[in-house]
Amino acid sequence: MTPARRTPIFTWAMIIVWLVFASVPLWIEKVGLYHYLGVEILIFALYALAYNLVLGHAGLPSFGHGAFFGVGAYAFGLAQFNIAANLWICLAAAIGAAAIAGALVALFISHRRGIYYALMTIAFGQIFWFIAVKVHSVTGGEDGLLKIERLPVDLGLAAFDLTTNVALYYFVLAVFIVVSFLLWRIVHSPFGRVVKAIKQNETRARFVGYDVWRFKAAILVISAALSGLAGGLFSMAQASAFPDVMSLHYSGYVVMMTLVGGGLVSFWGPVIGAVAFFLARDIIGSVTTGWMLWFGLSFVVLVLFKPEGIAGIYQSLMQRRAKASAPAVAPNAQGR
Amino acid sequence: MALFEARDLHLRFVDRVVLENVSLAFEAGQLSGIMGPNGAGKTTCFNVLTGRYKPDRGQVLWDGQDITGRSPQAIARLGIARSFQLMNLFDEFTVFENIAIALPQTRARARNIMAQAYADPALVDEAHAILRRVGLESRADDPAKSLPYGARRALEIGVALACRPKLLFLDEPTAGLGSDGRARLADLILKLKGSITIVIIEHDMEFLFSLADQISVIHWGQVIAKGTPAALKANPWVEASNLGRLN
Repeated sequence: MTPARRTPIFTWAMIIVWLVFASVPLWIEKVGLYHYLGVEILIFALYALAYNLVLGHAGLPSFGHGAFFGVGAYAFGLAQFNIAANLWICLAAAIGAAAIAGALVALFISHRRGIYYALMTIAFGQIFWFIAVKVHSVTGGEDGLLKIERLPVDLGLAAFDLTTNVALYYFVLAVFIVVSFLLWRIVHSPFGRVVKAIKQNETRARFVGYDVWRFKAAILVISAALSGLAGGLFSMAQASAFPDVMSLHYSGYVVMMTLVGGGLVSFWGPVIGAVAFFLARDIIGSVTTGWMLWFGLSFVVLVLFKPEGIAGIYQSLMQRRAKASAPAVAPNAQGR
Repeated sequence: MALFEARDLHLRFVDRVVLENVSLAFEAGQLSGIMGPNGAGKTTCFNVLTGRYKPDRGQVLWDGQDITGRSPQAIARLGIARSFQLMNLFDEFTVFENIAIALPQTRARARNIMAQAYADPALVDEAHAILRRVGLESRADDPAKSLPYGARRALEIGVALACRPKLLFLDEPTAGLGSDGRARLADLILKLKGSITIVIIEHDMEFLFSLADQISVIHWGQVIAKGTPAALKANPWVEASNLGRLN
């Protein structure tokens, strides 16, 4: 019998990413940065990983994902004000509301692909943003929802306060570890492999018996729900929710993070992209207010010369190194 | 009763009639052929039979059950698989995964978002058995896009076989193959013959006549002749169609 083909449950890359993030509060201030930056990076790394389910894994170009992030942010605040000031209920509301928004969008766009899919996600993103700006009585309009509290983590027997940025960082890290582990499982599950197959060849997937529409809809709903979770955490981190996060340019940020990091070739690419994005914002931003110009230019250069992003550059270097270190074999020695 | 039947299929693309009163019947266990010149409507006919296009009129029957207009995935799940004239593979996957993803066990677990995709030894075994059958086991771990043309043709048939079909449609399987490749393919089809009902669209008359039990000739979107290879060889319409004289 041929042995089964198993994907490792834990990988070295996974453990290294988790350990590096776990150590961040110990040294971030020593290098001239601050704890809240770590919180932002983790939240957006989570968001970019969720987004990459759709772009990198399913090959569906969504350019309106900020809508789901924003819906999660508003749902967190609204649940806190109107349902219960409980962290778990508010996070569940963020996930649930974004999943519903994702399902609604998926209903209309899952039969499309390519440029039509992209255009429709932009259109839906704009609709959600417009609603957030105009329905003042619910969302606070352009003023947004203010005074969202950082709720304590209630575990029944014990409760932890999240008012300090370090405490919030470790809570977000715990969420990040759980979600990245789940995403790793999803992309290597039968469901994940079918989605990957659909990305490569919709027609063939259909003719081997897969209902392509349902898989495309399902992956968008999962991605939207997890983007909503990131949005909920973000609203808690900044104690407010604004329509700005639903705008087209905010949706563009997550696309940039994912592509710059190398989400098309690596599971961890979006995390690298989120780190690069925020470090560029703070480090280049300390020198010039036009940091986005320089980051945008580097994005253009990367897309032109190495569309596989930073992870792709790393993979190429490793392949070159492996080739260079492989023992040279004389042509006539092969048959011996 | 035939295992698969098409009755009076009619299909029009805007003002152009591409299929007109096409009736075909494929008996269980037989190898049937469809031939005709380029543009005769053979592939369009396959596309209607496998759910890609919905006919304007007519019926498609599977084991007596009306499946007209059903989606390709619904038809595939009945046990009807097909290969394509232009190759349709999962290019980024390995040869093994191209087969494994098409297996009914993977399909049955496709909603599972936490399990390992290929952890079941029985599934891996079946995928390797199919790869052995199409002569690709030694290349199981190669990316599909790295295969040479003939091997890609074999993989195309392997993917269709992975669906565990009761009926297999092969659309011009010899296209682009050299004489060695054709001989290997004929050998494979002969091995499959009897265990699976097979329908082949083919230009290569010699290849088709050596394998088929029954052949239908399509021209101008119509079935102009049907019969055994021996009977059709003597049919002047078939010869004229094949030589392009009917155009």
